[in-house]
Amino acid sequence: MPALPLSMIWVVPALPLLGFLLNGALALARPGAKRAVSIVGVGTLVLAFAAAALAVVEFGAQHATAPLVYRYWDWILAGELQVPFALQLDQLSAVMILIVTGVGALIHVFSVGYMHDDPGYARYFAYLNLFVFFMLTLVLGASFPVMFVGWEGVGLCSYLLIGFWFNEKINADAGKKAFIVNRIGDFGFLIAMFLIFWRVGSLDFATVFAKAPAAFAPAGALITAITLFLFLGCTGKSAQIPLYTWLPDAMQGPTPVSALIHAATMVTAGVYLVARCGVLFALSPIGSATVAGVGALTALFAATIALKQWDIKRVLAYSTVSQLGYMFVGVGTGAYAAGIFHLATHAFFKALLFLGSGSVIHAMHRAYHATHSHEDAQDMRNMGGLARYLPWTSSLMWIATLAIAGVPPFAGFFSKDEILGVAFAEATVRPAWYVFWALGLAAALLTAFYMTRLMLYTFHGPNRTGEREREHLHEAPWSMTGPLLVLGALTVAGGALNVPPLFGGGAFLERWLEPVTGVATRLSPLVEVPHATEWALVVGAVLVATLGIAGALRLLRPETLVPARLAPPESGFGRILWKKWYVDELYDAVFVRPIMWVSREVLWKIVDVRIVDGLLVDGTAVVTRALGWIGSRLQTGEVGVYVVGFVVGVIVVLVAALR
Amino acid sequence: MLLAPALLVSAVLFTFGVAGVLLRRNAIVIFMCVEIMLNAVNLTFVALAQQLGVAGQIFVFFVMAVAAAEAAVGLAILLAIFRHRQTLNLQNINLLKG
Repeated sequence: MPALPLSMIWVVPALPLLGFLLNGALALARPGAKRAVSIVGVGTLVLAFAAAALAVVEFGAQHATAPLVYRYWDWILAGELQVPFALQLDQLSAVMILIVTGVGALIHVFSVGYMHDDPGYARYFAYLNLFVFFMLTLVLGASFPVMFVGWEGVGLCSYLLIGFWFNEKINADAGKKAFIVNRIGDFGFLIAMFLIFWRVGSLDFATVFAKAPAAFAPAGALITAITLFLFLGCTGKSAQIPLYTWLPDAMQGPTPVSALIHAATMVTAGVYLVARCGVLFALSPIGSATVAGVGALTALFAATIALKQWDIKRVLAYSTVSQLGYMFVGVGTGAYAAGIFHLATHAFFKALLFLGSGSVIHAMHRAYHATHSHEDAQDMRNMGGLARYLPWTSSLMWIATLAIAGVPPFAGFFSKDEILGVAFAEATVRPAWYVFWALGLAAALLTAFYMTRLMLYTFHGPNRTGEREREHLHEAPWSMTGPLLVLGALTVAGGALNVPPLFGGGAFLERWLEPVTGVATRLSPLVEVPHATEWALVVGAVLVATLGIAGALRLLRPETLVPARLAPPESGFGRILWKKWYVDELYDAVFVRPIMWVSREVLWKIVDVRIVDGLLVDGTAVVTRALGWIGSRLQTGEVGVYVVGFVVGVIVVLVAALR
Repeated sequence: MLLAPALLVSAVLFTFGVAGVLLRRNAIVIFMCVEIMLNAVNLTFVALAQQLGVAGQIFVFFVMAVAAAEAAVGLAILLAIFRHRQTLNLQNINLLKG
């Protein structure tokens, strides 16, 4: 097969865009044509994955050490600001496009089964394809503005898909919340872009990163400001403290959306951004310490909340927030490969968990639908014992649970262990990392605990779904379990991507990414620790994971649970966790309500009604009418009066002219 | 020469004309006053033409021609107004009052 030129990399994002256009047209013209929609929606993604794979193989064969930048057309030309629309293929974006199109294609296949009976089927696939297009633009963009297009676009699609069932207000509100919270982060991204342009005079990645070490004083105020503003953008997109609150609410969308957007792809954009801008973060110790610190804090904080959630998807949502925290610990420490590695493995096992939960919800929903019951199909208190009815889903989700808990040899063990390892190593130079490492380790313990809790309550113990509903519970169709199997295989084998030398591996991903991360790593080298310490850390991490799982198995009693409608309210500390530390209430009291109050009482009732409407609009009318009234008094209609005026005028002019 | 008396008469006639336009109510009288003003100006032209050359006298012919045209149009308008309203008192002709 002849090798296509890599400049055709535009095909990869163009395919989902084509899918969006076709499906969008179908959604408007023939919403019932589900067969065509499935073929277009899934087909474009599979082709995009194939194109991406071909491109990456070809790229790998070239052994390029510099990014390949392809300019397609001039996009923004304004004085010094020259932004071509250019895509960039390098080792980092290669990894990302494979994850986005690969996991994306699997989730599209799953969606065919999951959304099959939904009246908005065509619209759903149109949005899903559009999302993949924007995500690919994000990771392939060769400059900050092109990336920003994708960055905003995924935010838009996130809004559209969270509020997909918008005829229920709670869903529409969740969509708005995601969009608005993301906008706060985008503000940081924009400010960072302005600052970079102000100092460097360019926004192309290649130029900025080449000039950065000379343009910015190391640890200076400007570079610190830039990295902090960039990280603000990351906290919005990747759901970190303080902007994480939108992600759990985003679970109002269809479950495959949660898997695709809120676990595997979009939320990793922040991690990708920090890895991409590694040079900038390496120049700012405060910036990178903030990234790692916020990541570690978020990892633990979100894990505590996940302990007491009953909605199966919300547990997974907080788990995502927590795992994203790990990735930020990795990239904040300067171990970009470790962060991206965890991003990849997390994409596999979290997509598996979400799709598994989708399979569970699908089964629950059908059971309740069959008996016209209005119970909550997502509440774990209504589940229990589902392993008997959903054997495939149950065993695959157990694999993912072991992976996320960090049990060897599953994928999550290698990536999480590597992040904790580099954090501990960094601590020998910068003591703050001891705290981050400890937070991460504590979060690992809680992760193992709450994931085991989820599995126990969902799949084991007695069934609490209901007598009549029980007989309607069964496994989903193969279009749904198929993707689960593939993800399961990736979850088992994904760790092989980057087996560290400690276990006799070649650290493939780390070497692959070296051309991208090398510059940053040379600016701020990673700390090495002796093998003995590394082994101790590995053993410690495995012990912690085992402790978490064993603790959950020992402490939790699924047989004592009662269905959601009979359950007593939580009390004590559990209630605080169940209420998510009251953070939403806090934001509501500190930000939302004052802004609403100022908007209503000041901006509306005073500024708008009194000043804009009263003074400016009505005032103009009053003044005009008064002037008109004065003028109309001159218009007597009597010729004599006009003539007097005329003569007086002539005399005045004459006198003035003669003087 | 009679320049000074001629200009004096012209000024007096013009003033009469202006006063008439301003003070009288009847449209025909006002019209006649306008004619008086025009002829006052004609007198000035003729008087000054004695010293400044023949151009002034030629101007007078133009003024007369314009005055004749004006009389034709103006009288036609007055006739139309009278037929319409049975009056030529300007105080009653005030349809355009604002």
